[in-house]
Amino acid sequence: MTEALSFELSRPAVDPPRLPEPDVAGPSPADVLPRDALRSRPPGLPRLSEPEIMRHYSRLASLNYSISENFYPLGSCTMKYNPVLNEAAAALPGFAALHPYQDEDSVQGALELMWRLEQALCAVVGVDRVTLQPAAGAHGEWTALRMIAAFHHSRKENRTEVLVPDSAHGTNPASAALSGFHVVEVKSGPDGRISLADLESKLSPQTAALMLTNPNTLGLFEREILDIAEMVHATGAMLYYDGANLNAFMGICRPGDMGFDAVHMNLHKTFTTPHGGGGPGAGPVGVKAELAPFLPSPTVERSNGQFVLDHKRPQSIGRVRSFYGNFGMLVRAYTYILAMGGDGLGQASQDAVLSANYLRKLVETDLEMPHEGPCMHEFVASAHNLHEDGVRALDIAKALLDRGFYAPTVYFPLVVPEAIMVEPTETESRATLDSFGQAIKEIVAQAKTDPQGLHDEPKNLPVGRLDEVAAARRINAYLQGQSDDPVLRWKAPSQGPS
Amino acid sequence: MADRRYTKTHEWVTVDGKHATIGITDFAQSQLGDVVFLELPAAGRKLAARETFGVIESVKAASDLYAPVAGRITEVNEKLASKPELINSDPYGDGWILKLEVAGELPPDLPDLMDESDYKKVTEAAAS
Amino acid sequence: MPYLVHSPEDRAAMLETIGVRSMDDLLVDIPQSLRLDGLQLPDGLSELETMAHVSALAGRNRVYPDRLTFRGGGIYRRFIPAAVSAVTSKPEFYTAYTPYQAEASQGTLQSIFEYQTLIAELTALDVSNASLYDGATAVAEAAMMAHVHTGRNEVIVSGYVHPEYVQVLRAFGDGRGIKVRKDGEPNKKTAAVIFQQPDFLGQLIDPRALTTAAHDAGALAIACVDPISLAILAPPGEYGADIAVGEGQQLGLAPSFGGPHVGFIACKKELVRKLPGRLVGIAHDAQGRRGFVLALAAREQHIRREKATSNICTNHSLCALAAAVYLTYMGPYGLRQVAEVGFRRAHNLAQRLAALPGWELAFPDRQFVNEFPMRVPKSPAVLRKLSRKGILGGLEVGRWFRELKGVVTFTCTEVNDARALDELVEALRS
Repeated sequence: MTEALSFELSRPAVDPPRLPEPDVAGPSPADVLPRDALRSRPPGLPRLSEPEIMRHYSRLASLNYSISENFYPLGSCTMKYNPVLNEAAAALPGFAALHPYQDEDSVQGALELMWRLEQALCAVVGVDRVTLQPAAGAHGEWTALRMIAAFHHSRKENRTEVLVPDSAHGTNPASAALSGFHVVEVKSGPDGRISLADLESKLSPQTAALMLTNPNTLGLFEREILDIAEMVHATGAMLYYDGANLNAFMGICRPGDMGFDAVHMNLHKTFTTPHGGGGPGAGPVGVKAELAPFLPSPTVERSNGQFVLDHKRPQSIGRVRSFYGNFGMLVRAYTYILAMGGDGLGQASQDAVLSANYLRKLVETDLEMPHEGPCMHEFVASAHNLHEDGVRALDIAKALLDRGFYAPTVYFPLVVPEAIMVEPTETESRATLDSFGQAIKEIVAQAKTDPQGLHDEPKNLPVGRLDEVAAARRINAYLQGQSDDPVLRWKAPSQGPS
Repeated sequence: MADRRYTKTHEWVTVDGKHATIGITDFAQSQLGDVVFLELPAAGRKLAARETFGVIESVKAASDLYAPVAGRITEVNEKLASKPELINSDPYGDGWILKLEVAGELPPDLPDLMDESDYKKVTEAAAS
Repeated sequence: MPYLVHSPEDRAAMLETIGVRSMDDLLVDIPQSLRLDGLQLPDGLSELETMAHVSALAGRNRVYPDRLTFRGGGIYRRFIPAAVSAVTSKPEFYTAYTPYQAEASQGTLQSIFEYQTLIAELTALDVSNASLYDGATAVAEAAMMAHVHTGRNEVIVSGYVHPEYVQVLRAFGDGRGIKVRKDGEPNKKTAAVIFQQPDFLGQLIDPRALTTAAHDAGALAIACVDPISLAILAPPGEYGADIAVGEGQQLGLAPSFGGPHVGFIACKKELVRKLPGRLVGIAHDAQGRRGFVLALAAREQHIRREKATSNICTNHSLCALAAAVYLTYMGPYGLRQVAEVGFRRAHNLAQRLAALPGWELAFPDRQFVNEFPMRVPKSPAVLRKLSRKGILGGLEVGRWFRELKGVVTFTCTEVNDARALDELVEALRS
């Protein structure tokens, strides 16, 4: 079943919605504005009645997988349950209706929530201050690197390089480059962990920072983290923590204690704010005291029992987004932390690690395991053992979709061929984990008996595999002026000269 | 000398006196998948050996292109703008990417570049 | 504990399946010196207590009724149709993941494709992306596009662009070595001229002249626009701007103390390969069925890595969905009426405010849509007085622009009914 586009359902004579009349004396735009300031043709928005609109979106909703219905074993995404209480909290008029430019004394509750969230995150990751301004993980990552750059600059040190492991997520080098740094890759050793020898050879007075995820993108704890921190600090560089995998060890250990100077977090991963089909999220960044002067401005401070926005921060890297952050997501995360508490967050990470190791055990004979266990909250398997049957990680992913599971992450990290990265999280029951393990077994068995069947999957979804190459070629043709079909938007069928 | 030579980054080059033709290898195109777009420089630009001169994109990947030898670009394969798939179907023929007028003298055996058999070893090692 | 599913029996059974005696065997890689004895946080609360705590915080904020809010400055009170939250609160949309697996994400992909089309139509440009974080970062991303496209290192901010957007632009520019100049003529070092229509004070500028000046210097023209005003005003595509950006909060999103909202960006087709963020396009499956899929992904950070134009990964997809529902609900004539009601009421209000003793329009020769700057004697006291009467008065812009000390911008939208305007004027007269 597919659904028509709103533009295709649109009919010219549908009534517009009823809206208030002006009810006061005053000019209309055409009365006072010069003609060339006015729009000459109305925008081609669709015209639909409300019943049609609601049905259209309900039908679209039914074409989606979502955490509310499906298990998402996506590595490094921490697709855990999104508590409905968080939604109720964020919708409270006392939060939702606040204008960001209200006087501070009229938004003390909002400022206090931000202050308390900052305190809580400091406690979880072991840092001195946290900025809540960044709107997403990559945004937070860039913010952290800018602070690190400002720090070195303030000490008149010209450090131009950032070290990034070869197993890192693409945002790491992208953020580093956008912060004005040259990216140098550090190799992983044979066990998937960063190679200390290679790290040593690449650390220099030019190094501004080393960016690390811990556990790494293979789900393995960097055992030598204390040595790594010492090596990095000895050269005067800083250690940055990518918080994608923070769900592995809340209450067990803290990045701040490991020696990380800047600690990034994803509220839409570890702290349950919902993914929304791609966003919004929030990417707070924790820092040790020496980076605090460079935090984005304003910060929230408590002074004489009042909460204030501190704009007077002369060394701040400035503003990284408008207003104060994705406040609605901060409310959600704060609500979650209140409900979980220190005891709940600790148990969550323990269960996350337990579930990942359990699931790994269930599938360890069906898929290749490139690294020895135990893993932390996620593990990486490889479909390389199915290579001879002509079956790839992509086929396994699509076959899982057909069985009602969202696919795990595939082809990442790049250091493992035919990688399948699985993170179950703590909110999936054993029954779900068992059925996923069973599905893997069936798919792997089918790889031997009917590989073509796997290539044809998914068969039970609204569409099968889409021809992205043909789409890319049509886009190319459009961008070069050889075709009128934009591909990236709907366009009315040609009607001749307008 | 018209034998093809190869780089570690999977470009090939043939040299004919002062003129070189450059493309990517069959191994590279098979790794990349269906090529959908190339970002290429204009004719006239000078390239140093091993300088990146463009990007080749498939739906799922993007790779930098590196000049095997130094020279000035004399011709860019115009057909690739509308038919990038030529690189997949004929990487050594119609899928050529650039022609260069080589800078200075090239040593006759192009020691920085691999011959067919050495390159084959590289691709076999990578594929396993 | 809330949201956790395993019982002690489950945990014991799982440990046994794995073949270890305790959790410590799984945490064996963590150095003992790092092990915590729990977190320094209070234990969790019941749902009842959590909600009480959070509600108490919400209760310590002052909520001004929509109809008595006259403050704008980039965030505006608008009528939000019930349909918007009815759609965005569907768990199939809000708990869905990024649509990388297209076959299982057609709901998200199609609704974002519709959003892209709606923004392209509104701005009269060729292609829109699938959303950015906010208006400020959208301006910064557009400037980065111009820098990459032209190879030039300076951008000019012309006139009263939202000061927070300019701050963010500077922060982004610092990282890339891009200089931001205020006003001045574009020259061969200029990558782009950035202007806002209507500007931060609500006033109309001349976007055609600025676009021409930019193009004459070989620079791009970046128009930061108010999306509702585009129902009446000439959109960027009509005056030849290369990139349109803006804040989409007015399209169905509550003020929420500043976020999350949505930044939109649209451009001419020549620039599409430089667009940051995700793009959704049409594709077909082996049976010829039409579907939607993420397109031109090779631009993005997860593939281009350090060569990407932008590092954006997570965007504001659910907020874009809200905007799409809003625009679909309104249609072209609904949107026009929303804009015209605000226009008429704002002009009515401006006239009445200008009649107050000592009050005057700050720039009487300038046109505006639904936000306008007034010179207000003793403005802090005036605003405090209004607040005591439950009215959120205008925005003092002197805090950003020294030359505008004593200038307050007032906003009027369809939520400020005629009676509310009367109440405001009466409160000021007394």
